[in-house]
Amino acid sequence: MRTNHRNPNPGLFVVTRRDLLALGASTAGLVSLTSLGMLAQSRNAAAAADTLNLTSWGGAYQMSQINAYEKPYTKATGIAFNNIEKSANGPALVTAQEQSGNINWDIVDMLQSPGFRLFDQGLLQPIVFDKDLDPAPDGTPASKDFIEGSLSGDGKTGGYVSTISYNTMFAYDKSAFGKDAGPKTVKDVFDVKAFPGKRALQKIPAGNLEWALYADGVEIKDIYDVLKTPAGVTRAFKKLDTLKPHAVWWSQGAQPPQMLAQKQATIASAYNGRIFNAIAADNQPFDFIWDGGLYEWDGWVVPANLPKDRLAQAMKFLRFSTTTKALVDQARYIAYSPARKSSFAQMADLTYYNNPKIHMMPYMPTSPEHLKVAIPKSVSFWSNYGPQLDSRFSAWLST
Amino acid sequence: MSTPLVATAGGLDETGSASLKKSLRRAERRKRQAAFALTAPLLGYLGVLFFVPLAGMLWLSVANSEIPDYMPQTVAALAHWQPSALPPEAAYAAVADDLQNAFHKHTFGRIAKRLNEELPGTFGLVNKTTFRISHLAPPASWKAELEKIDPAWSQLPIWRLLKRESSRLTADYYIAAVDMQYGPNGQLMRVPAYSRVYIPLFFRTAWMSTLVTMLTLLLGYPLAYWISRMPARRANVVMIAVLLPFWTSLLVRITAWIVLLQSHGVVNSMLVASGLVASNARPQLIDNAFGTIVVMTQVLLPFMVLPLYSVMRGISPSYMRAAISLGAHPWRAFWRVFAPLTLPGIGAGALLVFILAIGYYITPELVGGQTGQFISNRIVFNVQQSLNWGLAAALGTILTMVTLALFALYSLIAGAGKVSIG
Repeated sequence: MRTNHRNPNPGLFVVTRRDLLALGASTAGLVSLTSLGMLAQSRNAAAAADTLNLTSWGGAYQMSQINAYEKPYTKATGIAFNNIEKSANGPALVTAQEQSGNINWDIVDMLQSPGFRLFDQGLLQPIVFDKDLDPAPDGTPASKDFIEGSLSGDGKTGGYVSTISYNTMFAYDKSAFGKDAGPKTVKDVFDVKAFPGKRALQKIPAGNLEWALYADGVEIKDIYDVLKTPAGVTRAFKKLDTLKPHAVWWSQGAQPPQMLAQKQATIASAYNGRIFNAIAADNQPFDFIWDGGLYEWDGWVVPANLPKDRLAQAMKFLRFSTTTKALVDQARYIAYSPARKSSFAQMADLTYYNNPKIHMMPYMPTSPEHLKVAIPKSVSFWSNYGPQLDSRFSAWLST
Repeated sequence: MSTPLVATAGGLDETGSASLKKSLRRAERRKRQAAFALTAPLLGYLGVLFFVPLAGMLWLSVANSEIPDYMPQTVAALAHWQPSALPPEAAYAAVADDLQNAFHKHTFGRIAKRLNEELPGTFGLVNKTTFRISHLAPPASWKAELEKIDPAWSQLPIWRLLKRESSRLTADYYIAAVDMQYGPNGQLMRVPAYSRVYIPLFFRTAWMSTLVTMLTLLLGYPLAYWISRMPARRANVVMIAVLLPFWTSLLVRITAWIVLLQSHGVVNSMLVASGLVASNARPQLIDNAFGTIVVMTQVLLPFMVLPLYSVMRGISPSYMRAAISLGAHPWRAFWRVFAPLTLPGIGAGALLVFILAIGYYITPELVGGQTGQFISNRIVFNVQQSLNWGLAAALGTILTMVTLALFALYSLIAGAGKVSIG
């Protein structure tokens, strides 16, 4: 006790405080070192114009872009790619990068509707279609060669260029139903008595509401007009109610083929390319329900305010990866429809890249016979009513 | 402090004692400054990576710069307008001029997005109007022109909305965060029952966190008691067993639970094999509230066991022995003597687990399905998917305030000294 009296600081206390301080200082030091390292890294990535930071969706889709666009481009120019798999949060992250002024991405794969919205907010580089994109082999300018509705803005300038269209559509496990006795229409999907089993559905209102109305007897051309009215929305949710006890929900594109394969569901809504891959590459006994397939465009955007050298590089790659040939090449790797008419014209004999027996055309979402029964997803409808319907949908889901 | 010091420095006179005191104080102060300098990196780190983002979140939840920044003339034109009748021609002209400017600066999308968050359908109205008037020379009457483009301009809601959004500070996000909205006449009302998301989610987050806290206490208390009564060496070995999952990656543990609980997983297969349930009637053990509670209880258990153990370890076994030797039944001795002494540990553990639980995100996301989602999942949705950062910030602020309030309430009830963590 005497020692304590001589020293106003009891020994134990000093040690603890010092320990704490050392711990705090070393942690802070460590963190600042790491963040410095990360900063230096991102500076390097940003400074080097011989690497393109390309953001896309990952999986089989990004592989098709690597094979069809990136590898030939690297061969021709020596430019390497830094592949980022963040398109699922692309609109949020592009907005954040533009607002902070620290723009890391050079080119981003994005759906059409956020592409429109971000361009209207001044967050995307304007693209002059006939100047920045190559014409078709026969000389047709790009603005005429891209399928109607696949470009943005006034059709001459915009922030977004489509490369493909894809379907969100129903597919089913053939082994769960008798031979040739599987569901054929969206109406069948909603008929749980005739076609028993769980339905794997995407955890968003888009698609589910359209299908509910379609199955309830609304004609394709009238779906969005009905859905604009409160009574129409209530009608759609009422129809969805009948499916709810039989539904399992997915949020990532890779899930529905897995759910079918693991027998968690007999019918699933899915991206057509994922189901194609499961059939072509993994020999799964799946089949498509082309009736009511919801098709939507997807393509490139370039963030606004890039430094000059990186912008030039990004625009060069944009031109390269939207040529007629590049789009045809991509369709060898994945069953998504190219956005150019001239590419579509070259697809009659196109086969899967590693199996010449599989012709790609019957799997294309916008082949003429599929288009007849497809629902074109309305960009403007979901821009206007998306936030409101999202709330209602999540409230509906959680009760 | 000073009395014993003077006593030990016995031989000194009054002045000597005073100067000694002074130099001692100086030395103390220097030490404090040195200590503060050493904590500076830590404080800086906290400031930059904790307080600044927190302040940013608070600001984002009330900031409302879009309309004042991109429609300044409209804001000025509506400054003295009373929202009982349609505004004058000058307001229409101001809107037209602002939208034309916004078209050329590519900012009309920001106006459309902000207004659409408050009034669904306005996105189309703003875009349509902007495109139609983008290259129009001023007509005789902008009022007639705008009303021709869309009849919405001849009704009050859009004007009320513009007037409300003219302010740089807004309560809109907090109103939306408690499932309220502005009615057609500008009055506050609850959103229709089928669209209420946030209040039910706050309640669910609270009751599920409470349940998880109770379960960890129920499981953790006997465990901590058992370990605390072991000889030190064995207690250390068992403690490692408790801590081992704590050191395992959260994602690995959640994945392990998915393997166990999924419909063709280990548990269900055992149930089917034992004949307890039919193969086509497998119970749903995951992707629902049940899954969230099971997994979170396991994940958070160490946070309950550790404070309990450290408190129990400090309770001398002689107290219990004394109580029993005075004639108490062992149960009575436990409830009357031991249990009350562990209250600080229970308080600390429960508080720790509850506060961690209400902010949980990744576990409900992966195993919660629809019925096991927490408010954090909705915050992430607003940040990443609907891009409504103001609403996300308001929800985050409410969550932070609730946590702070609970902490304050607890220290008020228990007294600051009663909470002992570790």
